[in-house]
Amino acid sequence: MYYVFTLATLVTMALALARAILGPSVYDRVLAVNMFGTKTVLLLAAIAFLYGRPDFLDLALAYALINFIGTLAVLEFFRSRVGQRGDKDGGRA
Amino acid sequence: MQLLLDVISWVLLTLGGIAVLVGGIGALRMPDLYTRMHAVSVTDSLGAILVLTGIMFQAGLSLATIKLIAILLFLLLTSPTASNALASAALIAGTKPLDEPDGGNTGAGR
Repeated sequence: MYYVFTLATLVTMALALARAILGPSVYDRVLAVNMFGTKTVLLLAAIAFLYGRPDFLDLALAYALINFIGTLAVLEFFRSRVGQRGDKDGGRA
Repeated sequence: MQLLLDVISWVLLTLGGIAVLVGGIGALRMPDLYTRMHAVSVTDSLGAILVLTGIMFQAGLSLATIKLIAILLFLLLTSPTASNALASAALIAGTKPLDEPDGGNTGAGR
């Protein structure tokens, strides 16, 4: 029963990667990467039971922590960058 | 009893997969940053709740369920926070919402 959800999550991760590559502004890319990380957490939780190895849940928990901190760090970095160059292009890069 | 748990898990995991897939399609097809965030938030909240609850029914009363509850609580706490930080950062940087009827004065969340 985990195969259906694993396939759906893999397709969604491919769509998120497409948005991260296409996305016109930095914030679209950050949004797509954040979504990719959340889908990775769900995929790890499903794979832990698909392969019968519940140890993978620790990896999912650690990945959720790192994903959140990473998103906030990237946003803070780009906010200081935008402030430095005078905010001419509205965060496009 | 085991059959009932399997059926509940099937339903929850399939609904979660559908929610995640719909959110992914919306994240690719929506025209604007804020509408894309609206689509992505479906996968972060509803998809995570459905999928992790469906896995919990398979795990039973064990340490794995406690870990799954911790993951679910953490996702539910952090994903709105990250979305709020992203939206406010984009708004400060000057990304306008797509449709502003009267110059954006009535926009929600200011």
